[in-house]
This record gives sequence, C-alpha cells and structure tokens, in this order.
Amino acid sequence: MAGTPGNPLLEMRGVAKTFPGVKALTDVALTLQRGEILALLGENGAGKSTLIKILGGAHSPDKGEILIDGREVDIHSPVSSQAAGIAIIYQEFNLVPALSVSDNIFLGQEKTRFGILNRAEERKKTRELFQRLEVDIDPDAICNTLTVAQQQIVEIAKALHLNARILVMDEPSAALTGQEVERLKDIARELRSQGIGIIYISHRLEEIFSLCDRVTVLRDGQNVGEAKVDEINRQQLIEMMVGRELKDEFPPRQGAVGGTKLEVKNLSRGEVVRDVSFEVREGEILALTGLMGAGRTETVRLIFGADPRESGSILLEGRELRIDSPRDAIAERIGLLTEDRKLQGLVLPHSVRENFALPNLNWLSRGGIVNGRQEREAFDEYASSLKIKIPHREQAARNLSGGNQQKVVLAKWLARNCEVLIFDEPTRGIDVGAKYEIYCLMRELAAKGRCILMISSELPEVLGMADRILVMHEGRITGEITDVPSATQEQIMELAVK
Amino acid sequence: MKKLFSDYGMLLVLLVLCVLFSALTVTTQHPGGEEGARDLLKQIAKSQPDGGRVLVATRDTQEDGEFSALLEKELTADGYEVVLVSGQATDALKALKELVEQGQQLDVIACTSESAGWLVFEDVAGDHPKLGAPVLLKPESYRWPVFLNKQNLLNISNQIAVIAILAIGMTMVIIAGGIDLSVGSLIALSAILTTWLIRETAGAVDADAFGMMFSSLGGILACGLVGLFTGLMVTVFRVPPFIVTLGMMLVASGVAYTVAEGLSIHQVPDSFVWLGRGADFLSIPNAVVLMLLLYGAAHYMMSHMKMGRFLYAVGGNEEAARLSGVPVRRVLLFAYVCAGLLAGLGGVVMASQLKSGSPTYGQMYELYTIAAVVVGGTSLMGGEGKMIGTLIGAFIIAVIQNGMNLIGVEPYTQKIVLGAVILIAVWLDKVKQGAVGKGK
Repeated sequence: MAGTPGNPLLEMRGVAKTFPGVKALTDVALTLQRGEILALLGENGAGKSTLIKILGGAHSPDKGEILIDGREVDIHSPVSSQAAGIAIIYQEFNLVPALSVSDNIFLGQEKTRFGILNRAEERKKTRELFQRLEVDIDPDAICNTLTVAQQQIVEIAKALHLNARILVMDEPSAALTGQEVERLKDIARELRSQGIGIIYISHRLEEIFSLCDRVTVLRDGQNVGEAKVDEINRQQLIEMMVGRELKDEFPPRQGAVGGTKLEVKNLSRGEVVRDVSFEVREGEILALTGLMGAGRTETVRLIFGADPRESGSILLEGRELRIDSPRDAIAERIGLLTEDRKLQGLVLPHSVRENFALPNLNWLSRGGIVNGRQEREAFDEYASSLKIKIPHREQAARNLSGGNQQKVVLAKWLARNCEVLIFDEPTRGIDVGAKYEIYCLMRELAAKGRCILMISSELPEVLGMADRILVMHEGRITGEITDVPSATQEQIMELAVK
Repeated sequence: MKKLFSDYGMLLVLLVLCVLFSALTVTTQHPGGEEGARDLLKQIAKSQPDGGRVLVATRDTQEDGEFSALLEKELTADGYEVVLVSGQATDALKALKELVEQGQQLDVIACTSESAGWLVFEDVAGDHPKLGAPVLLKPESYRWPVFLNKQNLLNISNQIAVIAILAIGMTMVIIAGGIDLSVGSLIALSAILTTWLIRETAGAVDADAFGMMFSSLGGILACGLVGLFTGLMVTVFRVPPFIVTLGMMLVASGVAYTVAEGLSIHQVPDSFVWLGRGADFLSIPNAVVLMLLLYGAAHYMMSHMKMGRFLYAVGGNEEAARLSGVPVRRVLLFAYVCAGLLAGLGGVVMASQLKSGSPTYGQMYELYTIAAVVVGGTSLMGGEGKMIGTLIGAFIIAVIQNGMNLIGVEPYTQKIVLGAVILIAVWLDKVKQGAVGKGK
C-alpha cells in the first residue's frame, strides 16, 4: 500500500447524499494529506456526520468518488471501509463493555491456534500498541472499568491494530477533562508523526488552533471554506461556520443580582459530595466548575432528588424543602437540564410535543385526562418563543439537532414555571449558533429573576456567562470567584486541582 | 384512510388474510332455517300470488323446525292454507295420501334443500294425479365463502376474546418496557379459584348470580394480587420482569393444580355460561362485547390519559421519565396489576365458555398473547405501540387459525404456518419502517 508521491492520502470529490426530504450533502470535497491533522468544522446539521458515515461505509453516497493514494476505492460497507485503511472513532464507542481491553482490540481478528484463543499473543500485541501510543493501560482490564479517556485510547489502539492510515475522530474531546484532552492531543501528534492522516471533528475551537494543521468548513451540506489554521483567526472561523457576522460569543450581562433564593447546606453523599454548602441569588447565574469527577453533577442530582442524600438541607426563599425524589423537586419548581440529553433528558423516540408535556401533565390534565388542545397550544407557544426549529410538533425528539433538543428540554421546565433552573453542561455538543441562543435564553431567565445554576467544563463559557463561580475538587467546594470579569482560566484551574 | 393504514399497517395484513380465506372457502351454500324460509316465501309469493294450499315438508331437526315455523306463520298470515309434515319421506308420502283421500288440491310443496331430494316428490303429478300439479319449491342455493358466514365470524371473535383481553394488559406492560410471562398460568389460577369458590362457598350447581359474581371477583382479584407482587419485585427489588414473571408462571400454575387437586372443577350452575356463551346484545357474544368495551377503555387511556403518557414515557426512557417527575414505580405497578387483573378476567371468561375450571387452561397463552402484541406493532423494546394494533394482531392470529381449520389444514401444520406468519408480519413491519438493510 505504498502511496504514490504527489497524490493526497485521501480525496473525496463531488460527494452528494440526499435523505428523504433533506439534501444532506451537495458536491462536497475533502482532501487529507499524509501526516496531517485536518479539522472538519460546521454547525450541527452541516453534514459532517453524513460525510463521515459515508467514509465509514454506514451510508452510501448518491454521487461522488473517494480516492485513496490517488486510486478510486469502492466503499459500500463498514468492512470495505476498514479494508481501505479507514478507522472511525464515533462519539459512542464501539467497545464491548464486559470484555477486556485486548479482547476488544482483537474482536473479530482473534489470534487463534487450532481454534483456541492465543491470549498471551494478544496481550503482547496490545502492549506493543500501547507502547506506540506511549500510554499505560492493562490489557486485561475490563472495558467498563476504564475511564472515558482510556476507552478512547483503546479505540485508537484498535484502529492502529487494523493498520488504519486514516483516522477519523468525531468529537473526541467532548467527554474528556482538560488534562485528558492534552493527552489525546499528544497521541494525535504522535500518530501524525508516524504518517497517519487524521480528520478531527470538534466544537472546541481552541483545540483546532492548538492541534490541527488545516481546516475544512461545511455549512448546509456544502463546502464553505478551507484554510491553514495559522492563517485564520477564531472570529473568521466562527463567521465561516455560521455564515454571518458574530459580534460576541456571549451576550452581555444585564440586570442586577438580588437576594439569596436557593440555599443548600452541608450536602453529603459518600465520597463524591462532601459537605457542600452554597447559595444562589435571585437573577444570578452561578457556575459550578471543576474537573470531571469533581462531584458537580452529583451535587445537583442531590438538590434535584435524583439520588438520595446522606445529609444536608435545601432551602428555597428561606423555607426548608422536603426533596426525596425528582417529583418533589419539580413540585418545588426546580428544573434540571441534564448533562446527557439523549439518555436522561428526552424520550428520544417520542414526539417533541410529548416530551414537552411530560413534566407538565399535572396542569395539562384534569381528572387524569390530558387536554390535547391545551397541550398543543402550550407547546406552540414555547416552541415559538424559544425559536425551536421543527417541521412538526409530532417530530421525534431523536431527529432534532443538539441545540433544538436542548431547547425542547428547556421548554419543558419553562412551562413548568421553574424558579430554579439547573443547567448541566448546557452547550455540550451544540453548535456555535445555537450556543449563542441558549446563552441568550439563560440571560433572559436571569433577568426575570430566576436563579440559574450552571455546570460547565468549558472555562471560556464559565468566564463568559457566570455572575459568580464555584470550583469543586474531589467532592468539595475548593474556591469561589466573585470578580468574574477579571478572572482567568488559570485561576480556575488552580482551584480545580487544589 | 391512509393514516389508518400507516398507523395500523397490520390492518392490511388482516384484510389480505380475510380475502384469502374467503376465496379459499367459497362453497355452495344451502340456506336452511329462517334464512331459507325467507327465500322460499318470496318464491311462493311469485309462483302462487293468489294464495293456495302449501305442503311444508321438513326433517325433524331444530333448524328445519325454525324453517317450517316461520313459513307457517307468514303463509297463514298471507291467506295460504298450510299443511306441515316433519320427519322422513314416508311421513311425507302419508301426508300426500291423506290429502288425496280428503279430495283436496295442492299448489305448492315447500321443501328444504334436503327434503327436496326425497323420492316421493320426484313425480307428484304422475303419482297423485288427483292433487293437481303442485310446484316443488326449495330455497335457492348460492356460492358464498364459509369463512364470511356470520356465525363463523362470531366464532372467531369468541375464540380470540380470552387472548385479546389478556393482550390488553400485555400491551401496557410491554409498552412500559416490561414483559409478563405469567398470564397463561393466571388464566388457570383464576378459572380454578372461581369455580372452586362457586363449588365451596356459593352452593355449587345451585349458586345464584351474586354467588357467581363474587366468586369471579375472587379469582380476578387473586390474579391482581399476583400482578401487584410481580410489580413490587420489579420496582423495589429491581429483578428483571422476565425472571419474576417466569417464577410467577410456575407458582400460579402450581397453586392452581394444588387447589384443584389436579382435577377439573365442573360443579357450576348452567347459568355460569352466560358470559362465555351468551349473546344478549345484537346477538354478539357477551365475551366479545366485553372485549370490545375493554379495548375502547384501554385505547382511551393510552391515548388521552396521563397514565397512558406515563406508560409510554417509562418504556421509552425510564431515567428521563423519572427526571421529568413521572412516578415510575407507581406506573409500573399499575401496568403489572392491570395485566394480572385482565388475565384473571380472561380466566373467568374461559371457565364460563367451557363451563368448568381446569389447571390445564391457558397453557402457551402467554406466548400467543405476546405474539398478538408484537404482530400488532408494539415494540418489545418498550415505549412504542398501540392498543388497537394489538386487537388487530389478536384477530390476525385468530383468522389464521380459523381459516386453516376451515380449509382442513392439520393442527401440526397449523403451528408451523402460524409461526411463519408471525415472523413475516413483524418483518413486514420492519420493512415498512425502513430499518431493514441498514444494519439497525
């Protein structure tokens, strides 16, 4: 498979794909050189995933050709994609959770002698692969005991084992902490030096600037631009993606912060949440940040009654609340927008209308019978005020973009008239344009006197949005930053690893 | 109409099956009874519009009795003179001779399809010239599918009533993301408890309506309690429903055998069959009326009530439902208790149809019930499905069984065909959803 010099490693030309009713891709081109990290950028729905799935053999294109080393290849199934030297690491990993690391790497390619597994050989090979990546993971560890970052490395090792020369990573950093992202970048650079071409998809622009060589931008299923990373700036890149001028990434703060509204005292649950106390004021956006596993999500789950707490009390406007389940919290007008919308926030196969109505059925029904008309009217009202873009209210939640899904979840809680809204990673997996809309909504809610508790790992978001910042580490609050406008990322990181 | 088919794709399959079995079972029909009599009345009025003497000759059967009774009533009212003969050809000959002796003329001989073939009627004018020249009339035969006979269609509905009633509860459980394997055994448990209570406490064959009602309630409530227990095991102890209900299936069957001491219980009053064999409303069987009422209520609940929404939400994504304030435990308990109660009701219907209780009732019914639900388009993954779809699914199974009986397919072969049809039906559904060939 020696490459002919002069030809790029991978070239996709004139790729088009139409789904029933949607033109996903029109005449898209992409080139990737050996030893290059190419960023593929675009808002959700721009066609990145479709393009990648075509490369991976999950979709077949209506038109267009794919060339590797200048030779046209026929990719019509995941197997033929693999055989062409392409490996794709999707956001949802393809690992079998109950099998060991080496079993997973050799899945479908088992080393056998007379039909019997040769595990010693597999282990040895696995170690060699990890050495090549300069990481230390036990080949016998069961995959579901590994961290997300480690599982990702296992996926990369698997790709190397299959002799992949083209590696596609779809939002690899979405679930990683700052340190883990650095580690991932090191691995990517190492692979680049070995001549592998990497297509890197991410919404985090700072990663693009610190890691990638070139960037290709898609919008509405078409190429809108291509540039060397060191010849373009952040502002230009965002404008290319959203197709219009973007003045600010964050809407300006407005309105004054009032008195204490929500107060939690001495919340504890095992090792993950230890003696956490804080308050949120009226009209305030309070950010709760820290590394992954610092206990932020766990803390808000205690407030919301999703997990039982061992001790601690929750007060709203000075009154102690009895919260033993999410039902209790919802009755006290507390709403939680979960970190994982797909697993916890939405019933994906159901319509957006039904999802919207779920926590609101109490007031949308009488005597157990749902008032269908009132339900539709309420939904339409919130859909238009939040600018949820859907063709129909019977649209399944599964088919919406991340931004619209988040808006549906938000509409759910707004219709419930929530006084306290907890946003857990509100913009994860959401494209730049929709992010800005979500930020505006958060600002608007704060201006109306609601109190907002926001968990975020993205420090620019924390610094741009919060009125006040709390930093957690190992289940405790390790610091508070009140003067946000003059705070820095370094200041937060220092508290986060204290 | 288009929406109806896209919502209930299986309706098309049901219709195709009906057309198929209709075509395969077309035979010459010889109407008898009141239907034959009505046809004959028209013929008589046409051939002898001015009245006259009619000899009605029939066999001595119940059907023929209805035939001659209606003819006599209508003809007398229209001013005809009617002579009735019921029995065999010799009786008819005797009657003809009597008429000759009395010196009377005869205008019409009204026969059923059977008596029209009697030799005595072959040449009446030649044998008994004194009677004049009577016309021999019989109901006209025609070609019509046996499958579509009203009686056959009612049979299908009555046969499927028990499974269809069970399938309501099963649909709720499956939509909520569970499964209930115990319903077949609960039929036996409920049938045994009901008949045992009638025998032991309500006065056996002399039991009155109240006694029977309370006994039936006892059987049904016991099954409801089993459902409650299942629900508690699933929600509180987090045991997978497949395992819990597998256990309860064995327990319920064992209890039924123990209470019945291995025998069937038949000491019930004759009136006990009212629910299973009676037909009080528009001559639709009572069990079918009950089934339709239950489906109406269940459909309304699933599509218009909060509890229905909750069932779908819990099955679609339990965690998301809980975090949206759905009382997940209560919803699951409700589903399993309903499944238990409805299985109990199914047991009572079956005991009433068969006028006895036996611990062998309901074997394999859990599988037929699940098949009806799945064929009806409900996803075993939970969160998706429709109550009316299940009713269609139950009818598809019943129509296949009935149709194969009519065209004389052997029972063993029937099983193979039924299994294949279930697989094809579900496969067709997947094709319609476009999931085939995408590796999903």
